[in-house]
Amino acid sequence: MNAPYRIQGATGEWEVVIGLEVHAQVTSKAKLFSGAATEFGAEPNTQVSLVDAAMPGMLPVLNEECIRQAVRTGMAIDAKINAWSRFDRKNYFYADLPQGYQISQLYHPLVGEGEIEVELEGGATKKIGVERIHVEQDAGKLMHDQHPSFSYVDLNRSGVALMEIVSKPDMRSPEEAGAYVRKLRSILRYVGSCDGNMEQGSMRADVNVSVRRPGEPFGTRTETKNVNSVRFIMAVIEYEASRQVDVLESGDSVVQETRLFDPDKGETRTLRSKEDAHDYRYFPDPDLLPLELSDDFLRECRESLPELPDAKRKRYEQELGISAYNAAVLTAEVETARWFEELLAATGKTGPEVGKAASNWVISDLFGALNRLGKDITESPVTPAQGAELIGLVADGTLSGTLAKQVFEIMLETGDNPGKIVEERGLKQTSDTGEIEKVIAEVMAANADKVAEYRGGKDKLFGFFVGQTMKAMGGKANPGVVNDLLKKALG
Amino acid sequence: MANLNDLGIAAIRDGFRKGDFSAREVADSFISAVEKARALNAFTVETPDHAIAAAEQADRDRSQGDFKPLSGVPLGIKDLFATKGVQTASASKILEGFKPEYDSTVSGKLFAAGAGMLGKLNMDEFAMGSSNETSAFGNVLSPWRRNDGGNAALTPGGSSGGSASAVSARLCPGATGTDTGGSIRQPAAFTGITGVKPTYGRCSRWGIVAFASSLDQAGPMARDVRDCAIMLEVMSGYDPKDSTSLKLDVPQWEAGLSSDIRGKRIGIPREYRIDGVPAEIDAVWEQGIQWMKDAGAEIVEISLPHTKYALPTYYIIAPAEASSNLARYDGVRYGNRVAPENGSLDDMYKATRAAGFGAEVRRRIMIGTYVLSAGFYDAYFNQAQKVRALIARDFQDAFKQVDLILTPTAPSAAFGLGETTDPLGMYLNDVFAVPASLAGLPAMSVPAGLDAQGLPLGLQIIGKPLDEQGVMNAGLALEERAGFTARPEAWW
Repeated sequence: MNAPYRIQGATGEWEVVIGLEVHAQVTSKAKLFSGAATEFGAEPNTQVSLVDAAMPGMLPVLNEECIRQAVRTGMAIDAKINAWSRFDRKNYFYADLPQGYQISQLYHPLVGEGEIEVELEGGATKKIGVERIHVEQDAGKLMHDQHPSFSYVDLNRSGVALMEIVSKPDMRSPEEAGAYVRKLRSILRYVGSCDGNMEQGSMRADVNVSVRRPGEPFGTRTETKNVNSVRFIMAVIEYEASRQVDVLESGDSVVQETRLFDPDKGETRTLRSKEDAHDYRYFPDPDLLPLELSDDFLRECRESLPELPDAKRKRYEQELGISAYNAAVLTAEVETARWFEELLAATGKTGPEVGKAASNWVISDLFGALNRLGKDITESPVTPAQGAELIGLVADGTLSGTLAKQVFEIMLETGDNPGKIVEERGLKQTSDTGEIEKVIAEVMAANADKVAEYRGGKDKLFGFFVGQTMKAMGGKANPGVVNDLLKKALG
Repeated sequence: MANLNDLGIAAIRDGFRKGDFSAREVADSFISAVEKARALNAFTVETPDHAIAAAEQADRDRSQGDFKPLSGVPLGIKDLFATKGVQTASASKILEGFKPEYDSTVSGKLFAAGAGMLGKLNMDEFAMGSSNETSAFGNVLSPWRRNDGGNAALTPGGSSGGSASAVSARLCPGATGTDTGGSIRQPAAFTGITGVKPTYGRCSRWGIVAFASSLDQAGPMARDVRDCAIMLEVMSGYDPKDSTSLKLDVPQWEAGLSSDIRGKRIGIPREYRIDGVPAEIDAVWEQGIQWMKDAGAEIVEISLPHTKYALPTYYIIAPAEASSNLARYDGVRYGNRVAPENGSLDDMYKATRAAGFGAEVRRRIMIGTYVLSAGFYDAYFNQAQKVRALIARDFQDAFKQVDLILTPTAPSAAFGLGETTDPLGMYLNDVFAVPASLAGLPAMSVPAGLDAQGLPLGLQIIGKPLDEQGVMNAGLALEERAGFTARPEAWW
């Protein structure tokens, strides 16, 4: 059990309370209520339909794929799915909001309560509650650097579907918040409902922070908007918590307000206070009928869910005999798990027989190489099938561990299959007793003094003979066979 | 040859098919009538080229033996309908000069059926008004005058005042209207023409500038029931671009027309007898009841107990939706912009919207913003939604006893321009029209006679959901018995 995270103030210890509202862009070719494309990085205003630009008389038509993805996401966190939900208009004026309202879900969200289990330092786990997931439109983007006195508007993002995933105020440290966001991102990517790309803005969080004396009721919170990396989220929490402690310890009170994070300075600052808060005048959108989901639709959503990271991790441990650490590493990212499972399938074997060796090879050899090359697993120069072949060559005694590492290096350089490399370069390990015996005899002849010392009781010299034999055979001798034969020869 | 302007839609369609005249002759005749009637201010834009192009196409098609449902028929299009390349301003300064790149589904269907467009019809700004006095393009005048020789300028009603005036003055054989709380029926009654508001969802709202989305419905305004049926058949139909449009086939209403309503039970709601309504309104209602009896229908007194709450409910829900629907007119992307020197974005919004919206529109945006605001939402908007459900239930209960409901369309005949200055007094115009709107029911107005001043009065028929046929058949029965042939004498 980890010690609870505490802020040491001048007057004693403080506890931080954190809730996150994560906005995740739904993976979908088209927008939530229009057929316009959603691809990142397009020229400004090239992915804008008449609906997205809120031309007079335009009407929203719900994109079912976005709902399917949000429902699957809800199911992936064991949340209650509301078969009846409704869209509301959130009214406010801003130049990036063409309709003058955002279509969202206030009163009847699509997804109700669920939870996410996160892994903490030292192997502890904690369940973080999810209050709700609702679906809403994204706004456009203002560009202030195009003209000295005008701002320009890019509506490409206008109307893109977002899931707003609202946590309960269950987190108590920056680490827990970081672990929550990473786990949520992992689940979204497994489900395929969001690409989790925080740099491109596909995932961003509003961070709610308050502090209190341990065990006391919640304090007044601040909300820091649109934080777009795990590191920044953790920085916001650290900054806000210590700022609030300072405010409280100097006798002032925390103001409930919306704040902005400045990544350059690592600070947050006031965006607007509660008094300036908008009155959003939410009301049911009369252009849309209530959303009713059929049992068939819900069943199809459930059946299309992949194995999720928690289940996969447990299976790796139980069925494949993989260590808890390795299982956690292999399942954290969907691409890693996919690569690993393709490799397993290519070995043609199952269970601990192959699981342990394969997981060790992926985590130490493959990850080491990828790190060195600055590539991620989807860019690996070695395919899962090639990895499987290499592991097979070790398992059947063709390659020793040392030889396997040599072969792997050549694979990384050439992209060749390991079998071909072994064949062409004669890297095959030998278990030919005749050949090994011949080399042992030569080694013993050349080191008669050492043989005498060994036989006189200096057992430690055994390793010397192994080394000399292996060296003489260019590392290709089967170490087990060398051991046996040496013992016999040395008597 | 008869004056082509005197022909209605069916007569033009049939005469054109028979070869009595060419579509071009029809178009020219109406174009000339439109030009001569500019004193009525019924049109905000005249589009003779559009009408001529459609007519020439119809004439070419005819030589190939190809006839579309509205080949040869020129129409007027209310300015609320988006028309490709033609100013669509909703009679508002804020959209003056706005030319959409698209046709509304309904106007597009009419054009695809062969109709041409004579022009865009004036209306109350954003369809908010009952006298056409809120238009940024000036009042529309009714072609009707009182028989007192005073020549007072009268309202054609609203918000579809341009449509009513133009059809009544024979500037077009039919026009589109929209009805949110009586905007087709009341002007039809004021000008002695026929207008149908179909069941909510029959006509796509796509491309119609939104006023109150849960109430807005397009419908035809024409000289008689048959012409309305012909137009409505073309205008209706499921549109995947409007989530509230009904996924139903369009009935063949024209073919189904029959004035034989023997055995139909006609409900007379006692709550529609309200104080302060002129005796002539009651008299025309009594006359209508008698015609229904003569036609073999059974008259049943019914109760719609929540009727008195309909108008207040409407004036919460419609402005609430409007306040949100009109937020898009912000000067950022299209329409008029007023940007004060060195002003902020908020300054631009304020200046643009203050300059662009007229007083009535601003009033309704304020009301709507208020009833949706924190602390008032439950007391006003939420409560109004509940009352709306009760009003709909009143009708459901009534329709267990009766097939149709007969009421007056409006509580008075047309009034003089400038006579009604109190907004609440103006809102009362729609007291009989609004309940059917809140319940989404089909309803129509049929001219029934003239009052003592020689001004038309209308009767309203309200039907069950989707029973446009029943409504129009009863309308036809009234039309045959009323024999309404009065028309305004041309003074323009």
